[in-house]
Amino acid sequence: MNKNIILYGAILIFGIAAPFIFPAFKVQLSILCILIILAITWNVQGGEMGYNTFGNILFYGLGMYLCASVQVGMFFPLGEWTEGGGEKTFVHTPAQFFQGFAVGLAVAAVVPAIIAGLIGYSILGLRGHYFAICTLGLGVAAGEISGGIEIIGAGQGFTTPPFPNVDRLEARGEFFYFCSFVVLVFTFLAVKAIYSTRFKLVLNAIRDNEDKAEAMGIQTMKYKIIGWMISAFFCGLAGGIMGGLVGYIDSTDVAFDGREMGVFMVLMAILGGKGTLWGPVIGATLFHIFKEGFWTFFLGWQYVALGVLIVVIVIYFPEGIMGWLREKYPERFGEVVDEADRKAQVTLK
Amino acid sequence: MDFLIFQVPMLTLQAVLDGLLLGILFALIAYGMALQWGVMNIINIAQGDLVILGGYIAYFMYLYGIHPAWGVIVSPIIMYFVGVIIYKLVINKVVDRDLFISILATFGISILFMQLMNFAFGADVVLANSGYGTTMLFDNSVTLPNSKIFSAFISIVFAIGLVIYMKKSKLGRAIRATAQNARAAKILGVDTEKVYAATFGINAALCGVAGALISITFTIHPYMGLPYTIRSFMIVIVAGLGNLPGVAMSGMGLGVFEEFADYILGTEFRIGSVFLLLVLILVYRRFKLSRKREYLK
Repeated sequence: MNKNIILYGAILIFGIAAPFIFPAFKVQLSILCILIILAITWNVQGGEMGYNTFGNILFYGLGMYLCASVQVGMFFPLGEWTEGGGEKTFVHTPAQFFQGFAVGLAVAAVVPAIIAGLIGYSILGLRGHYFAICTLGLGVAAGEISGGIEIIGAGQGFTTPPFPNVDRLEARGEFFYFCSFVVLVFTFLAVKAIYSTRFKLVLNAIRDNEDKAEAMGIQTMKYKIIGWMISAFFCGLAGGIMGGLVGYIDSTDVAFDGREMGVFMVLMAILGGKGTLWGPVIGATLFHIFKEGFWTFFLGWQYVALGVLIVVIVIYFPEGIMGWLREKYPERFGEVVDEADRKAQVTLK
Repeated sequence: MDFLIFQVPMLTLQAVLDGLLLGILFALIAYGMALQWGVMNIINIAQGDLVILGGYIAYFMYLYGIHPAWGVIVSPIIMYFVGVIIYKLVINKVVDRDLFISILATFGISILFMQLMNFAFGADVVLANSGYGTTMLFDNSVTLPNSKIFSAFISIVFAIGLVIYMKKSKLGRAIRATAQNARAAKILGVDTEKVYAATFGINAALCGVAGALISITFTIHPYMGLPYTIRSFMIVIVAGLGNLPGVAMSGMGLGVFEEFADYILGTEFRIGSVFLLLVLILVYRRFKLSRKREYLK
């Protein structure tokens, strides 16, 4: 236990100090936090519950649009804001900006969770690959449809309110970094707390054999919907912050970006190891470092690299880093290894 | 309801005819998907990208002065080998694994293909002009490009040809046996590895034919693949595996639906409505099956 406290303390201190140690990478660090949040929430759904979804991008994009719309709509007419494109006649005062952002984030978290609850009963009745394709369809449909709605900017995009210059220009990066870092810590602690309850065992039972879980008297549908709502809640929060950070929302390239974010979150969780607490965190960090390196030095070839990476990870490394470590050092994960049994397994192979 | 399409009856006829001719093409792609889904139990997300690649082959022939209709012959031959290569490199490692693994792996192939085609052919929307002209019906109020009629005819020819091939030839029998029970087929001396490679190749070749026809009739663009995948997936789940008349019917139904969605909702919602229809169909099937306490398998 003591070791854990030291570890968490070190990470927390590093997280708080990071923007001051690496002032040039503030935006990258904020995006890293968002990516970790997305990987952790995907893991609740895909890793623990076994419902592999491509559709969490729906809640991410929804949160992005909702946060920006509330932030603008609280003080100014939304239609006129989006019609103006980049040219702004309305300017948020600092107080308005922060109030709007806080309310926007709350809405961006709650509404996707409610929507997940509402559609959950219909969608979560599908299983396996039908669920995966259905959620893929949901994500793409949301992107295509929001690209046709006039009030949120349609095809020309939606510019989020610019950060007010309070004292100095540098505050913007730090503000968004600490927003995303606080949400990351909140997400991690919430998911850690959830994983220590019976709820996680139920999710694992659903993953391992849903029919049996149902036969044991578990109301699987209820737990599946709650699991999806938890995912949606944090995805919406992450989306809201990302919208403010990027400063510009486009329906298919930023918000409902199934080709990038939607795949990234699956890939990060698998790279780190599905069904573990730390796996998605490690996976997201490694993936972000790889991605940034590649995006910087081989611009244009990034999708080729991404495609190859997906194929390689999925075929040769489906257990992820944590799964590999677990196989190599099972004692460190609290598993008791029976030597005779292990040898017997080896000879069977 | 003051939609233009309901005021002018000829527009309705136009939409229905356009939709039927388009739907036959969709059915051809969906037939390929049903084939490899049934035999190998793999959902190929890269299906649409194979279609687009086939289209670019025909487009290149057009650029070099060969009539693009010859693409219908050349494109499947090239695409067959592309399919076999993809099978050898990737698919044979995911055949007997979890279905989600195959979805993700083919998603990776899809992203790879998209970007490679973007590099090789540029990001412009292109069209191979066949110069076939148009047919006017009913006092010039319904226009039908001859290329659409040509593509529907060729699709039907290929589909019927493949059905006969699957029934009569030795390879066709082996493919059907593997689909029924791969293990038993192996015991009885069928080289399932070869059968899988051939199936994936045939699927890619069908995509090549469809792609060549699409490049003549409509337009192609490197990023337009995913909607074709979703359409063919939808057609297959509506019709059911191994139900060929069903595939043809639901393909044409989808084509007509799309044309009407185009007229009524507007072109910007066309792709969105296809994806939404997929979700609705899956949810409908789920509720229908849950009454019998079953689920989609």
